[in-house]
Amino acid sequence: MESRSVRKTASSASPAPPRGASPAPSRGRIEPVIRAARPGDLPAVAALDARNTGEAKPAYWRDLHRRVLRRPKERWFLVAEAEGRFLGFAIGEIRAWEFGSPPCGWVFAIGVDPGARLRNVGSRLVDAVAERFRGAGIKHLRTMLRRDDNLNLSFFRSQGMMAGPFIQLEKVIE
Amino acid sequence: MRLNKATLFALYAVLELAEDRDRQIAAGDIAAKYGISLNHLAKVLRDLGRAGLVEAARGVGGGYRFVGNPKRVTLMDVIEIFEDIGAGKAAGDGQGPDTHLGQALHGVLAEIEDIARATLRSVTIETLLKHARSEPAAPAAAAADD
Repeated sequence: MESRSVRKTASSASPAPPRGASPAPSRGRIEPVIRAARPGDLPAVAALDARNTGEAKPAYWRDLHRRVLRRPKERWFLVAEAEGRFLGFAIGEIRAWEFGSPPCGWVFAIGVDPGARLRNVGSRLVDAVAERFRGAGIKHLRTMLRRDDNLNLSFFRSQGMMAGPFIQLEKVIE
Repeated sequence: MRLNKATLFALYAVLELAEDRDRQIAAGDIAAKYGISLNHLAKVLRDLGRAGLVEAARGVGGGYRFVGNPKRVTLMDVIEIFEDIGAGKAAGDGQGPDTHLGQALHGVLAEIEDIARATLRSVTIETLLKHARSEPAAPAAAAADD
């Protein structure tokens, strides 16, 4: 099973600077166009992911895109662009009854070009995924993050997300 | 996780001041609103001022205002001015963990504290204010008892 861990490493949030720091210089909001990803977007998705995570996995993104296309009413692979420039991507999927959970929309990957951070791109991507979930009758948006991934935790918190009803557990079995 | 009084007062003050950054609020008004000691709050505000989060304005109509960046400052940033809740500060830390069972118990307590710290680090002042605006206020305790 693929990991649902959010792979987002650059978002509209950012780690807290020293206390009392003055506001970051405003570079203005971007109103990106959000659309379904096409095969031609995948090199940019893979490159952004590699830049953000330090790990290149182009085959994974190609395979994921193919799987999304097979279930277009339950999975969405979206990209954000402005003036023809690729700015980020997000992937959402409706999953039902796993772990006893009623149907729920998962944001399981999101990435924003570091140069477009703090400019509304991440928020628009999450909104767009949520809109598609709503259209499919889904009422809950869910994601999973590393506990020490403060950047993305802050971002998703800023989108109004809070701790949900599930707790993830694991153990070493080697 | 139990925060000390000064920390809690600081969080009240920061949130109150950050809600409307153009408005200056007297320490007395904040103390009255939250039913807390003005003397204690005054000390807390001085510490927040030294940390660069609030600024005092003197004279008639003087008061305090929030001068940090609400999108960047987290609850943890405020807490850490007043107390150390870093790793290794689990409840009962240093008391009886030198046994096998004591270590197992402290492992669970550390897990809880870890989650609490991650939560406090991820919630900015702006996020909390946004959350408060979107939630209807709960009835006051006194009213609930009626």
